[in-house]
Amino acid sequence: MATDAQKEIKAPSKVKSLFKSPARITLLIAGIFFILALVENLTGATDITSPGTSGATLRFAIPLLMAGLGGLWAERAGVINIGLEGMMIVGTWTAAWFGYLHGPLMGFVAAAIFGLASGFFHAILTVKIGIDQAVSGLAINLIAAGGARYLSGVFFPPVGGDRTVSPPVDSFPTFTIPVIAPILESIDAQNIFFISNLAGILHGLTKEVSLVTIALLLLVPLTSWILWRSKFGLRMRFSGENPMAAESLGINVYRIRYIAISVSGMLASLGGAYLALVASSVYREGQTAGRGFIGLATVIFGNWKPGGVFAGSILFGFTDALRVRQSESVMSLIMVAGIVALALSIFYSINRRWKPGLISGSLALLAWWIHQRVDVIPQEFVTVFPNFATLIVLTFLAQRLTPPAMAGMPYRRGSE
Amino acid sequence: MGNILEVVGVEKKYPGVIANRDVSLLVREGSIHAIIGENGAGKSTLMKVLYGLIRPDAGSIKVFGKEVSLKSPQDAIALGIGMVHQHFKLADNATVLENVILGSEPSRFGFVIKYDEARKKLLEIAETYHLDIDPDESLLNLGVGERQRVEIAKVLFRGAKILILDEPTAVLVPQEVTELFENLRDLVDKGLTVLFISHKLDEVLSIADEITIMRQGTTVATKKPADTNKKELAELMVGGELPKPIAGVQNISQKSILSIKDASYSRHDGREILHHLNLELHGGEILGLAGVEGNGQSELIELIMGLLPATSGSVEVLGLDASTTHTKEIRNAGVAYIPQDRQRDGLLMSAPLWENRILGHQFATPMAKGMWVNKTAAAEDSKRVVEEFDVRTPGVNVLASALSGGNQQKFIVGRELSGDPKLIVAAQPTRGVDVGAQAIIWDHLMKARSAGTGVLLISADLEELFSLSDRIAVIYSGTIVSILNPLKTTPEDLGLAMTGAKSA
Amino acid sequence: MKKDRIFWGTVAPLAAVVSSLLLVSVILILRGANPIDIFQVMISYGFDPRNLVSELNQTVSYYLAGVAAAIGFKMLLFNIGIDGQYRMGAFFGAVVGAAVSLPPVLHVLLIVITAMLAGGLWAAIAGYLKVRRGVSEVISNIMLNFIAAAIIAFLLGEDLLGILPEGSQNVQTKPIPLSGQMPTFKMFNGEIYSFLFVAIFVGIAYWIMLNKTVFGFNLRATGLSFRAARSSGVNAPGMIFITTVLSGAIAGLVGLGTLLSDTHSYSMAFPSGFAFTGLSLALLGRNHPIGIFFAAFLWSFLERAAPVLEYEGVPPEIVIVMQGTIVLSIVIAYEVVARINLSQQQRAVGKANVELVKESK
Repeated sequence: MATDAQKEIKAPSKVKSLFKSPARITLLIAGIFFILALVENLTGATDITSPGTSGATLRFAIPLLMAGLGGLWAERAGVINIGLEGMMIVGTWTAAWFGYLHGPLMGFVAAAIFGLASGFFHAILTVKIGIDQAVSGLAINLIAAGGARYLSGVFFPPVGGDRTVSPPVDSFPTFTIPVIAPILESIDAQNIFFISNLAGILHGLTKEVSLVTIALLLLVPLTSWILWRSKFGLRMRFSGENPMAAESLGINVYRIRYIAISVSGMLASLGGAYLALVASSVYREGQTAGRGFIGLATVIFGNWKPGGVFAGSILFGFTDALRVRQSESVMSLIMVAGIVALALSIFYSINRRWKPGLISGSLALLAWWIHQRVDVIPQEFVTVFPNFATLIVLTFLAQRLTPPAMAGMPYRRGSE
Repeated sequence: MGNILEVVGVEKKYPGVIANRDVSLLVREGSIHAIIGENGAGKSTLMKVLYGLIRPDAGSIKVFGKEVSLKSPQDAIALGIGMVHQHFKLADNATVLENVILGSEPSRFGFVIKYDEARKKLLEIAETYHLDIDPDESLLNLGVGERQRVEIAKVLFRGAKILILDEPTAVLVPQEVTELFENLRDLVDKGLTVLFISHKLDEVLSIADEITIMRQGTTVATKKPADTNKKELAELMVGGELPKPIAGVQNISQKSILSIKDASYSRHDGREILHHLNLELHGGEILGLAGVEGNGQSELIELIMGLLPATSGSVEVLGLDASTTHTKEIRNAGVAYIPQDRQRDGLLMSAPLWENRILGHQFATPMAKGMWVNKTAAAEDSKRVVEEFDVRTPGVNVLASALSGGNQQKFIVGRELSGDPKLIVAAQPTRGVDVGAQAIIWDHLMKARSAGTGVLLISADLEELFSLSDRIAVIYSGTIVSILNPLKTTPEDLGLAMTGAKSA
Repeated sequence: MKKDRIFWGTVAPLAAVVSSLLLVSVILILRGANPIDIFQVMISYGFDPRNLVSELNQTVSYYLAGVAAAIGFKMLLFNIGIDGQYRMGAFFGAVVGAAVSLPPVLHVLLIVITAMLAGGLWAAIAGYLKVRRGVSEVISNIMLNFIAAAIIAFLLGEDLLGILPEGSQNVQTKPIPLSGQMPTFKMFNGEIYSFLFVAIFVGIAYWIMLNKTVFGFNLRATGLSFRAARSSGVNAPGMIFITTVLSGAIAGLVGLGTLLSDTHSYSMAFPSGFAFTGLSLALLGRNHPIGIFFAAFLWSFLERAAPVLEYEGVPPEIVIVMQGTIVLSIVIAYEVVARINLSQQQRAVGKANVELVKESK
């Protein structure tokens, strides 16, 4: 809200070089898997790379991913969408109701349409009327939550007297990828170090997959493509970086924001639909549980890039998945984090970057201490890990993040 | 080569102000044509007219011999007129190529950007005009000179034949200026035309083929560099005769109110705005500060008020070290501040007048009693200010935003002059104010001087500077280049100093 | 002029409530219900003395949340962290209160101070991030809300600070002894928290601080114009930080009415949602202590009267829709009213003078 204040206070940001090339990213991912496999074999926590975990990871990650993409679309265009949670609720409700009436596919379609509408509504409030973005987001959250509760009471036949749950919806057909999945399964069973672990993870991703999941995952490269290869995407990015510059070149920033925020609503809504139709098969009050806000967190965590948002949602989905599985796995993960921190610390120290080296070194030490002294990580902390991680990123890495320069700041046409 | 641009008799009036009057300009194709003038000469209005940002009230503009009517920047661009703004309109978090093509992207199906084609075109432009730019470089890594080249590439990409550059060297260091001038020569060699607005005589004489001088809203003369010299240009810029100072009681005390020694200030991006600046002000004198806007005045003011710390050297205000003392204490020591941007820095627009009376004075009596705000005193004194300074308002409960600019200014001046300040920092104190009120304000400033107050008067209004000042310091490029005696200064002296040319 | 101000001050909230009522009436009519009847039932139920009591008690928390939000709004800060700050305040207030034994007034005072400290410190994290790192306080506060809930849930684990009393399902903190309890007073045949007086005092103090003190002036000035405040000598970034902490401290008090007069311990049954409510109330009440009070009461009234709608065949959740649309109408109404107000004032100024601007050179 305080614009001049933010301009005064904001520190200059730099480009993060670690993730520059695809080769480096692949190496990084391979390295992570290697460490996971190592940890699993050394500690006997068999759950880390099991197919059950990876499957659950994906199921938990997709709603976060959609919320994150929704947040990304809006922020790239210059609007911080606080109303993501509400738009997700719209998605859960409409998907469950229309899915119940006309089948799961219609559920998704309905969620997309209503999500688009709720995004459009948010755009009218904040772009056209000029209401503060946070306030209008707040209003939408309230109305969506209230509306969902009200409409549940109106429309749902009581399920055992409970009107906070929708009647069950048919689920989507799933399929197991032929040929590949059974092969992976057998490799996993053979317990060869690293190869089997990798196969285990991949097996979890290839069995009982629904088309919807794949379709939604494809939105990540699609978003990337739109942002960096299309005319609309370029203009949208400038709407978030420097709307006055865009305006001076004849671009209608208002129109772009209308579209971007509407799409943002649609994406969040699809995430909600996934929650109601795929991750479960009912609408339940409170189903979204703050995921809309975690979506905002993944945008920051992913440094405003679709790939980053994807990585963030996988990470958060992973921790979420572990929570409902074995707790030794959590401990082992702490060890993984510790090892990664140690590696980073060495990397930084070699490059004579003492301060980050010291910080990651102490994190490694902390991980070691927790691993030695604590038996079980309290569930509450695991649940709240995404929030905590985001806060850490904001605190220590604020300089290296590259948010759209004018995201969240009020803009009116002709204000230069 | 014919005239690419013919401007005849252009006029533009605003309520109470004539920004452009009988402006005529002939620009030959393939030349670098400079337009010089000091603050308020009408240069920027003319540029805005040429670029389609504003419509003239009268006059005609012909481009390539055809009469045109420019309704928007898009019209100007279509005709081949491109503007390189003084304040760059670029996005850091994007590449050079993306910044250049935005809004004019070559595309397939109207949707997919043909980056290869765009890159090729940009590289061709870069080669043809010897512009050293890398299409895929991120803007973050570019310095000021390079960013300017990107702005130039932007207009060339859209097929500009006439480039308008608005004070392009204001933000450049000498090395970058040389590079820019080389680039401009290259452009012109290839048949383009450059319109170059500036106030720096040395630069203009070295780069321009023709120089048009503007003064008081009109074009005064056009000269070729070979046929003129700095003295003549300076005189034409400033006018034949300078205003005479108003006789006042001189009462200069020994006490130093303001003592700036060898002060430098660099921004956090490294650019040095003020270099080894020296300035002394004693009680009982009015020290005028002349200079074209953008030469460091704003930063100097902020240094004095304790809003920015000097990077080196010392700034002493009423015995306090301004670089380490809070603005609050500086104010309380008796410093009044009439800011340049009245709406942003001087007023709470959505607050009533009586609250605005408190602004700047909330840390001491009479506006405050300890930790409590004294509303009665504020309301009373606001009424006094309104009366004394002829502020047109139905009452003191009206929001500041409801007043006209001139009346807002009068109120601010009235507020700052109350309470017997020891130092008054007055930046453009009568901007937008009517004649009658200006006389009132000048009267109060001179009374303050007689009472022993020191006044630092920063003004673009030469009449104001010459009427009131005991001495006039001229600031150029972040340093004080000379101190003039208003009784003995010729227009040449002033013009030369303000435009950075050493005495001819 | 003053009459004018009162008029413009109430027009927007009134318009909001009215338009919300209209909207809800439409919904009701579509369901075949008679809006007048429904509203009548709600009003008579809501003003029934038994319900008035619980409404007033609820108003205590809502009011404090609203004031906390209002302090933030005056500085253009959107304190969505009220949820976490309130929990921190209530929890640590309960824990400290149960751990000591002091003479009665001092004991309560200690709890209050602890609550304010806890809430304020929690808010300080977001404040620091905003001032030093330029991080949006909205994002950091949202994260902090979740983290606060997690920390408290963890600390409430049975081995730590929580106990499970006989016959209860809820883990709670140790009960606060009698000296740390606040009495209730009898009104409308019911028990009303005496913390209500503290809440009213906070509201008055807020108003006085904001309008009568130099600190309040600086606060408002920084919110109205960061640069003008800075030029006038205010340490603007410092103001932002202090305001965040102050807002958090007040938020820490939100749960104390219930804690001190009712439950005497903190448990996970303590409600959530105070951030959204507080922000809505501050908007509805235009950051004015009296306006916020009416808004808080309205909110409590609506929530308390909702169940009775069930008997009329209307889902009680329609009340939430009412609340949502009120908030929406409010923000739209502000924009409209502010513009009308400004142009009116400008016309008045224009009439009062004939401008003679000199013809500049």
